[in-house]
Amino acid sequence: SQQVRGMATLKMISIRLKSVKNIQKITQSMKMVSAAKYTKAERELKLARPYGIGAQEFYKKAEVKDEEGEKGQLIIAVSSDRGLCGAVHSSIGRIVKTDIAANPNTKVVIVGDKVRNILQRLYAKNIAMVVTEVGRKPAVFGDAALVAQSIINSGIEFSKGKILFNAFRTVVSFRTTEMPLYSQNAVANASKLPVYDSLDSDVIQSYTEFSLASLLFYSMKENATSEQSSRMTAMDNASKNAGEMIDKLTMTFNRTRQAVITRELIEIISGAAALETKN
Amino acid sequence: MALTRSALRLFSGRFTQACQVRGYADAPSMSLTFAAPSQVLYNNISVKQIDVPSFSGSFGILPAHVPTLAVLKPGVVTVFENDGSTKKFFVSSGTVTINEDSTVQLLAEEAVPVDTLDISAAKELLAQSQSQLASASSEVAKAEAEISIEVSEALVKACE
Repeated sequence: SQQVRGMATLKMISIRLKSVKNIQKITQSMKMVSAAKYTKAERELKLARPYGIGAQEFYKKAEVKDEEGEKGQLIIAVSSDRGLCGAVHSSIGRIVKTDIAANPNTKVVIVGDKVRNILQRLYAKNIAMVVTEVGRKPAVFGDAALVAQSIINSGIEFSKGKILFNAFRTVVSFRTTEMPLYSQNAVANASKLPVYDSLDSDVIQSYTEFSLASLLFYSMKENATSEQSSRMTAMDNASKNAGEMIDKLTMTFNRTRQAVITRELIEIISGAAALETKN
Repeated sequence: MALTRSALRLFSGRFTQACQVRGYADAPSMSLTFAAPSQVLYNNISVKQIDVPSFSGSFGILPAHVPTLAVLKPGVVTVFENDGSTKKFFVSSGTVTINEDSTVQLLAEEAVPVDTLDISAAKELLAQSQSQLASASSEVAKAEAEISIEVSEALVKACE
């Protein structure tokens, strides 16, 4: 029965070995794909950064502050639909959760399925809108404009707002950051607004709507780059781990194979010896 | 210094040129960031003047222009660089911000150098948009066709 066990174990080990090898192939190819997408995303991000930073300048220079009021907080959580990218989605989900706990009167607009899955169970009533089909193709301004238009059309009112996303730092690191969002009232009441000449509510409205789209676009670009680099690292680690498992399994396989052979030899030899002594 | 700065703010445009000649210790310069979502045309570059087409009228921006916000209309933005050269870009839409410290952020949805425009394609687009307007049924479709006409008319004008 030990022999039977040996063979069975051998079969089991070789099945496991084959499957781990397949997994390694898959994670390696996912890493290659992510690397290519990351290069493209980083290039586009570099071109988008001046635009994104420029879009925030007015709010800084005019010293716009959050509106005093009880209309609640709006969080736009920017993420994507696809997983296997490390801590990208969970870090956003975590911050949204702590924010809602601190500020129950919070509405969340979720861009990307993954964060929706994280928040759905406990905070479903805080979710105002979910945007899906995000992350497959690189974001273009039209996508951000669509999201911005939907937010505007939904008539969500807020006193305080922010866009939560993962800002790209280096290939191996990203930082979950927030960009403040100001309502039209907040802009109209900004301390330095009188300095700005000939502004009417039409201009302020158009300006805030356009900058919502611009800031969303910028956050999408940053997030996409962070996601691809994080996926690249995650898949690389997975391939390395799979490689280690393959080495260990191969060792076990060879040892088991040799044990099986040795056992067979022992049985044959002891059988032959028994026959000889009988004679 | 504070007095002269506030005096400067009372004037804008042409008058500041004369003031510049007088030469303050920190002569006003204008830092332009002109970008579109997928390209950077100027990133904090010091320039002499910028002419922008906006819904509240086309105007030129010189250093120490009064701070303001404006929404861009389809048209041509002309940048006069410090070395005297002029560059023209066609913009489809966007916003322009002029801050107190003379930094200008020109954020355009699409911006292309004017010499890359093809006048025949622009005329074709105009004809297409006009026929779109004629066949538009809903308010939204009509508005979209009208926007299309506005942009293509500006394109044709820019090519000429």
